[in-house]
Amino acid sequence: MKFSENELHAYVDDRLEGDARRAVEAYLAQAPEDAARVAAYREQNAALRTLFDPVIEEPLPERLRSLKPSRHAARIGVAAAWLALGAAIGWFAHALLADRPYTWASFPRQAATAHAVYSPEVRHPVEVGAAEQEHLVSWLSKRLGMTLKAPVLTGEGYELVGGRLLPGEQGAVAQFMYQDAKGKRLTLYVSRLAGKQRDTAFRFSQEDKVAVFYWIDGSLGYALSGELPKPELLGVATTVYKQLNP
Amino acid sequence: MSPEQIASHIPRLRRYARALVGDAHAADDLVQDTLERAINKRHLWRPGSDLRAWLFAIMHNVFVNQLRSRQAHPEEALDDDALPAVVPASGARLEIRDLETALAMLPAEQRAVVLLIGLEQLTYAEVSRTLGIPIGTVMSRLFRGRERLRALTTGAQILPTLKVVK
Repeated sequence: MKFSENELHAYVDDRLEGDARRAVEAYLAQAPEDAARVAAYREQNAALRTLFDPVIEEPLPERLRSLKPSRHAARIGVAAAWLALGAAIGWFAHALLADRPYTWASFPRQAATAHAVYSPEVRHPVEVGAAEQEHLVSWLSKRLGMTLKAPVLTGEGYELVGGRLLPGEQGAVAQFMYQDAKGKRLTLYVSRLAGKQRDTAFRFSQEDKVAVFYWIDGSLGYALSGELPKPELLGVATTVYKQLNP
Repeated sequence: MSPEQIASHIPRLRRYARALVGDAHAADDLVQDTLERAINKRHLWRPGSDLRAWLFAIMHNVFVNQLRSRQAHPEEALDDDALPAVVPASGARLEIRDLETALAMLPAEQRAVVLLIGLEQLTYAEVSRTLGIPIGTVMSRLFRGRERLRALTTGAQILPTLKVVK
């Protein structure tokens, strides 16, 4: 007997009990395609929780702890409620506040700006060219105080042009520039982050024409920028990530 | 409704918002707008009803309004667009990273349903009430969203016809 999508999803979400559940299980035991699909959906649920459950533990930002009534609410009672709510949230957040991570909302914009400034340069796109790659990498590593690596993106069609040192919010930033056969450029922006950081997943930001994938790995923040479609940039970002985490 | 009651829901509102909009800063904007609206409209909340579902419903309305006001925004697809190129995953860690990216590629309406059910574990009926859509629509968005996520993260062929059985 074939089961409806409704029943299969109810099974995925543990909404079936007793005979209904056993009937679906018996069906899946002899329907490998549906069984694979159901298994994939269950994995999605588990992966979503793995990905986003840590948000629950994150300290609340200041603006969520000390909210003010919006413009539309001038009533006195509302203001009083907000004072009480602020106090309650403050108490609630207290235990979570021990180690505030770097708020890096401006990180992709800085990376995109650096990309927009240097990638159109014809004569001076980089300070140190790829011909002196060894010197380039050791110089930038020394300035950031971390061992850096310039990923090899030849497989993606991009060659290293070189790199430069830039000022960032948290000190020195390294920028590596790559170029494909048509002259299209990508930049990898690498910043050392202060304090203890949690690794993050890839995040995406569209900064005007420049697409940016960015992530934290260890104590370094990375941003890969380029004027190309998101899926294409994701492919390159995945390669960069894999090379930095062999 | 006491302020402590609302405060206790903030971490879960943040979790859902983060998954829904992706960017941490934008997600907290959404939470902030939701809390402001909730407190302004707190007289509309029926004591004894599910406060969490009420807050999620408010968040959904704020989110939809934001999408509408930002229609030129290239990031948010409200409708089914052409499927983007599939990047196959390798290794558990990358797979989860890919899931986050794949999630961002879902139409917002499918993403909301997949998250409310898969992440927040609301029942189908609760999602129907929270989003103000019929349960059949909840189910079809769930089917399409999950199937598209599977296609994006595994490179599997998307099933062409997933019908809702009434």
